[in-house]
Amino acid sequence: MMHQGPMITNQGRELAGRAVFLTGCVALLGLVGAVDMALAQESVAAQAPTAYRDLPLIGSRNLVWIIAQLHLLLAGFVLGVPIFAWLCEIVGWKSGDKRYDKLAKEFTKLLTSSYATTALFGGILLFLLIGFYPKLMAYLTDIFFPSFLVYCALFLVETATLYLYWYGWDAMSEGNGKKFHIFLGLLLNVFAFFIMIVPNSWATFQASPVVLAEGTDFERAWAATWNPTWWPVNIHRLIANVVLGGYICGAYAGIRYLSAKSQEERYHYDWMGYVGNFIGVFGLLPLPFAGYWLMREIYQYNQQMGITLMGGFLSWLFILQAMLIGVLFLGSNYYFWLGITHRIPGSEAQYRKPIMAMLIILLLCLAVWMTPHSLVASLAEAQQMGGTHHPLLGVFGVMSAKMTVSNLMVLVTFMSFIMYWRAGKQDTAGWAKVAKAVMGAVLALAGIAVIILGVWGYFVPAIIRINYFSTSQVGIVIFVMLTITPLTALLLKSAKTTTEMVWGKMPPRAGYALVLNAIMVILLMTLMGYARSSSRVHWHVYGVMRDSSQYAFSPALGYAAALMALNTFLFCMLVAFIFWVATMGDKAKAAAASAKGSVEPGTIPAMAGGSQALDEPAPDAAQQNRPV
Amino acid sequence: MGGVLVRPIILTVLIYLFLKFIVPILPHSAPLPSSLIFLYLMLTTAGIVIFETLSGASKDAFFGPIFRFLTGESGGALSSARYLVLALFPLLVGWQTYGSTASSDAPPAENRTIHPAPPGEYTGLSNPVPKTPDNIMYGKGLYASRCSPCHGNFDGKGFAATGFTPPPANFKDPTTIAMLQESYLFWRIKRGGVGLPVEGMPWKSAMPRWELELSDEDIWKVIMGEYDGAGQKPRTWDESE
Repeated sequence: MMHQGPMITNQGRELAGRAVFLTGCVALLGLVGAVDMALAQESVAAQAPTAYRDLPLIGSRNLVWIIAQLHLLLAGFVLGVPIFAWLCEIVGWKSGDKRYDKLAKEFTKLLTSSYATTALFGGILLFLLIGFYPKLMAYLTDIFFPSFLVYCALFLVETATLYLYWYGWDAMSEGNGKKFHIFLGLLLNVFAFFIMIVPNSWATFQASPVVLAEGTDFERAWAATWNPTWWPVNIHRLIANVVLGGYICGAYAGIRYLSAKSQEERYHYDWMGYVGNFIGVFGLLPLPFAGYWLMREIYQYNQQMGITLMGGFLSWLFILQAMLIGVLFLGSNYYFWLGITHRIPGSEAQYRKPIMAMLIILLLCLAVWMTPHSLVASLAEAQQMGGTHHPLLGVFGVMSAKMTVSNLMVLVTFMSFIMYWRAGKQDTAGWAKVAKAVMGAVLALAGIAVIILGVWGYFVPAIIRINYFSTSQVGIVIFVMLTITPLTALLLKSAKTTTEMVWGKMPPRAGYALVLNAIMVILLMTLMGYARSSSRVHWHVYGVMRDSSQYAFSPALGYAAALMALNTFLFCMLVAFIFWVATMGDKAKAAAASAKGSVEPGTIPAMAGGSQALDEPAPDAAQQNRPV
Repeated sequence: MGGVLVRPIILTVLIYLFLKFIVPILPHSAPLPSSLIFLYLMLTTAGIVIFETLSGASKDAFFGPIFRFLTGESGGALSSARYLVLALFPLLVGWQTYGSTASSDAPPAENRTIHPAPPGEYTGLSNPVPKTPDNIMYGKGLYASRCSPCHGNFDGKGFAATGFTPPPANFKDPTTIAMLQESYLFWRIKRGGVGLPVEGMPWKSAMPRWELELSDEDIWKVIMGEYDGAGQKPRTWDESE
């Protein structure tokens, strides 16, 4: 055996060499032909129609996941921005303040540059779906063909309207031209709304299908469209799109602010950041209610799906959601508070205590919202608790507690805005004291009522809590907003301005807060998009068409989280590229202006080390400036 | 280190002590898992940083001593402390990394889903047994003989309860059966612990498969008795139910 050793070794080497060669050939062939083989894997079996195709390495599901998510995020932005761009234009037209018109135009510029990319990703997604899921797509086409035609028509008119709206901005800036331009903006939003709700019907049909066995094509399509979760998703997405659009515009302004080289740019992008944050917060306030309604409808439609989402393996996503929303609430309030302390000189001492009180309430609410029903615990910890459910804090893990704290957080955020609005002004109206007492009483009573209903919710049947208590909590918060907003507006009409707002003096962390908020919203959308889609578990169309592909399993949460992070990163890169291209012209103009000496010499962008100067006390009122 | 830093440090320590030592001794409480304490301390830290960076002056007052300490501007005895921190910090990171990656005989942290989704065939079922006093009483009788040894007087404290980890469910707790539909309980009683999906960790439930001993009708009656005895109402979508 000893003598045979070298021979065996040589033969072994030769064999190994051949094996490596053969393996290399196979690998090469595999690489060259993998795509073709995969794409044609079932086409040779002419007898049975192809149900699925796959892609090597990345896998069909992952690719569709990434492209669909990017398309949805872009679409959310593209459909959300026209709403507030149009509103800004109206404000500018009515008030005669050109700042708003300029802002609306800047928003629309971002929209125009993103529109084509959105459509491009929509096209890619469609091809991928047809290629990877031919059987499912044939089934959906059979049901939804009439709405496909409607969708195409909507896209045509939306595109034409957007072209007219954008390219006609300067040509239609005065008189009747402006009125027509605003009408075009309205049309743009109407078409955009329908463009959103038509595909929503396809996605919601997959989760809560309504299938007519008989009837005309139109009747079947209409029944499938008007499924139980269609309108809850429509409303939820409409609001979420405004939030996404607002925060992304805020982030854009934040980055432009951080890289601004002139005071003029700082004024403008500071103000734009404020408007973006305001829009985001404005949409964020009703969003929890819309989300609650959607989940309620899902639960009522199907107990299994409801529990999968909120009590089953997807319930951890709602804890992550609480964390992301928590950061979003904190980030938005932080930005408001920075606005008070930096834009209104001398106000810090006055507002420090109220800010601290609001921060503590927000953090306590967040602590409750983030507390899961089943806790992550070691074996020893679980034994001490008597299971993964803490006997005392476990009560924070259910909807009664979550709804209560989300309502309180909305109230606090609303009051942050009111405080910001009132800062630097002194009431002169004779009835100001009474009005402030009424507002204080309304707020305090509302807070107490929300908490009482939340605690009471544990002692009544679930249906009473869902139908009456939760809706009453929402009603109370809306009542507070509808009472305090007009009262504040009336008070401020006659108020004396003691300290003018100084724009362009926000510290760099305000810009970073805006970027952080945008990233949180994107992560939230990727997270909850996965939750909505995964709640169907192993069904393409819930209870109707089973997923029989190799990807029918639900991915592990860690794996899904990695893909969500990747999607968020890709979307941010995509948006950064689009905005970079869109603002190339501006930068060229700014460079030309700089060459002529209009930019202050030695001005350093905040993100390039000029940040410390922005943290210094703001100049006095005599040096105030307004954004241009 | 600067007086401004003292208050946040004291606050953080106090909150930690409260969560670690006070919460467990509150009535009906238990020690908190470290994951939850970590979460609450992260929130505290975030709150402190937010508050202390609201203005340039407060930011400088808060971070100034830290920067001065780390850059060696403080001088004196703090310089030696700085070297100590700079040397210890990488060691701390290394220790943490080792602790989180080294193999251990400790079981992994548990994230069991208490209420996993039921199989499709159990969703949408409604209790076919009329809700009469006799049926409820009959159900309570079955409960007393089959369920109370573990679940006790609907409070999860039966005489055999101490032998189980996790312990039997407390039906009087508003976060248990009051959140569920009757069909959910039907599934759990009928199929028992072994019927749980993976995320519910079937190996962690000693609940028997009552389908082997009880008819479906009896199970529905037990459910009625359970809700009545615990003073709870099942989740429904119809207020009249």
